[in-house]
Amino acid sequence: MEKQNNQEYLTAIQAAFGADVLAHEEAFGMLNVELTPARIHDAIAWLQQHQDLSVNYLTNIAGIHYPDAAGREFAVVYQLHSWKNNLRLRIKGYLPKENLHIATITDLFAGANWMERETYDFFGIIFDGHPDLRRILNMDDMDYFPMRKEYVLEDATREDKDDRFFGRNNNEL
Amino acid sequence: MSQDLKDVIQAADPANVATINFGPTHPSTHGIFQNILKVDGEKIISSEQTVGYIHRAFEKLAERRPYNQITPITDRLNYCSSPINNIGWEMTVEKLIGVDIPKRVQYMRVIIMELARIADHLICNSVIGVDAGALTSFFYPFSEREKIYELYEELSGARLTTNMGRIGGFERDFTPVFHQKLKSFLKTFPKAFEEFDSMLARNRIFMDRTKGAGPISAERALSYSFSGPNLRAAGVDYDVRAMNPYSSYEDFDFIIPVGVNGDTYDRFMVRQEEIRQSLRIITQAYNNLPEGDYKADLPDFYLPAKSDVYNNMEALIYHFKIVMGETELPVGEVYHAVEGGNGELGYYLISDGGRTPYRLQFRRPCFIYYQAYPEMIKGLPISDAVLTLSSINVIAGELDA
Repeated sequence: MEKQNNQEYLTAIQAAFGADVLAHEEAFGMLNVELTPARIHDAIAWLQQHQDLSVNYLTNIAGIHYPDAAGREFAVVYQLHSWKNNLRLRIKGYLPKENLHIATITDLFAGANWMERETYDFFGIIFDGHPDLRRILNMDDMDYFPMRKEYVLEDATREDKDDRFFGRNNNEL
Repeated sequence: MSQDLKDVIQAADPANVATINFGPTHPSTHGIFQNILKVDGEKIISSEQTVGYIHRAFEKLAERRPYNQITPITDRLNYCSSPINNIGWEMTVEKLIGVDIPKRVQYMRVIIMELARIADHLICNSVIGVDAGALTSFFYPFSEREKIYELYEELSGARLTTNMGRIGGFERDFTPVFHQKLKSFLKTFPKAFEEFDSMLARNRIFMDRTKGAGPISAERALSYSFSGPNLRAAGVDYDVRAMNPYSSYEDFDFIIPVGVNGDTYDRFMVRQEEIRQSLRIITQAYNNLPEGDYKADLPDFYLPAKSDVYNNMEALIYHFKIVMGETELPVGEVYHAVEGGNGELGYYLISDGGRTPYRLQFRRPCFIYYQAYPEMIKGLPISDAVLTLSSINVIAGELDA
């Protein structure tokens, strides 16, 4: 059978998940699909079992913090790979900072265990149903989530290290 | 797991179960990671891992570093094969900014990355020997690794944390000394390597110790997102170099060795064969090394030569703009993966147009497959757990980032 491309993946996902597909784009040749967070577990399970799409490999899970995006401050990004079609895609879900819950995919991929623990450790995103959601790289008694963009990295009294010098026109810091 | 081992686990009398610490600073863990084992006599009933002892917050650090200053961070991921990490990162940035890399640079990169793979696999395999009690076979390969380090030194000035190359190419061309040393390496290494191979590959004691130690099935390995030699030892022929060729890997003829049982012996044999294949790739790349420049025409990112900065207005401007971070960067998300010493080493870079990444995530193969370790050693004696740990080649730097 012919190898499927991004467009065919997108059409299939849209057909199956309709209104839950909130946005999509092709970034540097890789398909990005934003889904309703509550449906992501089902979508990944469906992609994994689908005969033609056959997404068999979980590459990684990443958290991202967008402090300025009201109602969608945190993103969880699943990078998946279909070896049959040699196609990589990203599934994204955006969570509001008040409700950082998303279903675990450890029942689909055993390797998601530590990836989710790392995302929890860095961003505080809670994966419901995870068998052992503890911090992994940081100390257990740490009381903050270090990868959130809330912390001033340099000495706050220094004036030569603010965002303007990193190419961002942000005068708030 | 055999039936009698299963019986041992089920029959374990709570009174006989001992809890022991394997690590964090145990000579045979080859790094700082802790495993709390529950053992009944010699048999491991369960284990619990603690990682993160050398977590240095690379992903957070990277958010405040310009792109060219992130290369030294990548050195410290898998420090047994730093050049692969460096070049993988440079290729990620090049993908973001969209440059055509000259063929010569691509071939030079292939030569360096395959040398790094040889060094990485050589150390891993000789350490498996050490953990099985064969110390001699550990010392011999070091003189060969030394030659690879001299080649790094010739090209980058450093040996372990190489900071190899630049965005757009290399800092310098292959020097005459490099050519001479590489030629002599290609001539002498195969013989030395086969001597090393003959010490272990068909050694009765080594085979008895490593066969059946820490096996994993292809299904479980895939579910755990294994990659690299550990996945291939389980019989799955996934290799990023063949699946998504980068840096002209499609030009070279090489095979992807696979194992059958996914045990320590298969992992050893897969790495041995990969060293031979890497040599083939290096020979092909070196014999067909194209003429041309050792860097791309990329004035916005590649620092001009100092002599030009002093004498040429344009070069001075570019130098200033690069150092002061005034370069325009595209906005976007890229993922680029290379086949590292331990598997798919990926960089997920999110740029908001700033001088530093908005978010940079490293897909670190060690971190992902090390979580399968308790499953792999269940029911085995402690001595096999040691062998398994060294054969999956967990590098603390890559594990903890």
